[in-house]
Amino acid sequence: MSTVLTIGSGKGGVGKTTAVANLAVALAAGGEKVVCIDGDIGLRNLDVIMGLENRIVYDLVDVVEGRCRLRQAMIRDKHLPELYLIPAAQTRDKSAVSPSDMVRLCDELRGEYDWILIDSPAGIERGFKNAIAPADRVVVVTNPEVSAVRDADRVIGILEAEEKGTPSLVINRLNPAMVKRHDMLSADDVVDLLAVKVIGIVPEDDDVIVAANRGTPVALDPKSRAGQAFRNIAQRLKGANVPFLDLDDQGNLWQRLFAGRK
Amino acid sequence: MSASQLTLKIKGLRDSLLVTLPEGRWEELRGLLLNQIQEREAFFKGARLALDVGPQALHVSEVSELRDALSEQGVALWAVLSDSPSTEKTAQLLGLATRLARPTPEVPRAPAETVEADKALWVDKTLRSGMRVEYPGHIVVLGDVNPGAEVVAGGSVIVWGRLRGVVHAGAEGDKAATVCALDLSPQQLRIAGEIALAPKQRKTPVPEIVRLQDGQLVAEPWHPDKH
Repeated sequence: MSTVLTIGSGKGGVGKTTAVANLAVALAAGGEKVVCIDGDIGLRNLDVIMGLENRIVYDLVDVVEGRCRLRQAMIRDKHLPELYLIPAAQTRDKSAVSPSDMVRLCDELRGEYDWILIDSPAGIERGFKNAIAPADRVVVVTNPEVSAVRDADRVIGILEAEEKGTPSLVINRLNPAMVKRHDMLSADDVVDLLAVKVIGIVPEDDDVIVAANRGTPVALDPKSRAGQAFRNIAQRLKGANVPFLDLDDQGNLWQRLFAGRK
Repeated sequence: MSASQLTLKIKGLRDSLLVTLPEGRWEELRGLLLNQIQEREAFFKGARLALDVGPQALHVSEVSELRDALSEQGVALWAVLSDSPSTEKTAQLLGLATRLARPTPEVPRAPAETVEADKALWVDKTLRSGMRVEYPGHIVVLGDVNPGAEVVAGGSVIVWGRLRGVVHAGAEGDKAATVCALDLSPQQLRIAGEIALAPKQRKTPVPEIVRLQDGQLVAEPWHPDKH
């Protein structure tokens, strides 16, 4: 049984591509066979985050337009042998691929792979429509910011209208200290508005940027908290019941003692 | 009825085409439309299309599938006109227009003539950002109206939930229209021609009703004995 999982957000820059790379790595490290498809034609960067940029020969558009076989466009990951990437074309735009192309492509991959992860572009236009067309499940990534939550709400509405079911939510880049000072929306505030199931809360973590620049997703780093959060999400995607990280336990001893008395 | 007997009416509007479907089975009509577009590709390419489906009751998947099929032919579907309330609702959920020109009340269609003041549209879900529900009668929402969503009614609006988007009651000038909600904190609230901006949010919301009194929008807590 394979699952086509699309990751979208509406707003740009909230961490869709980071989430795809990390979930793919975490799933593949757990023994699953995974293919990622970069749906952001014209502005690809999943290949960069996964560190596979210089291995690209063929891309998604080449497959769709019949210039190569699907196999030829699949790049094997450097670290994990059961993880593949189908990169986007950089020199074309979203209209080079149609929703039915994406459905056909995923149908070809189904059966051979456990997970097909699609990185949706920002926005709600053609590229997004392409990315959700083949999806069995959708994860919406948002940040604890009013504008990102507003866009997530829009995307969830579109998914419901298109009968893709209610997506699950990843709240990315939560800063517990800012939440405590009431300078940032809390996870509860976000859920209160969006009214969907949360599948993960990822703390803000400098390691994510370092890892992305290196092309080694943070989920491969056993010490990183964001990496742990992504590994937990991967477990939950597989149906496991993993408790949420206690994001407060990074405060010092005194803070913890006082927090406990409130 | 064979497909060959069915014909489409095509009319040019200012910046788009209005295609009126005859009565018939949806699959046939859909095929007919797509065939026509394929045959006259040069004419339709790049067009914005408004589709009048008459009394046809359409499901979300049917409309979204057609929209995708049209977009693959380079035709953008922007409006679906229908006499069926369920089709109207479908179109609105997908973000398509259901009237050709929004501000003109004299739309040449039957329901506009009889003001459906006693009829209400039942919306049994939360309206999320970007959704717009418009109806000539009253609108009842069982769920929240989130920021960025719009509810526009000819009559009154009742929200059994949190009203945090934009709401316009009495949109065609009915000054007796009211707005009530369990938690009334809209981005903007209008009744007939009057506009009020968001009031400050209260910690513990109470159900409230807003009405137009002497040209002013007045909100008061809901008391069962007073109304």
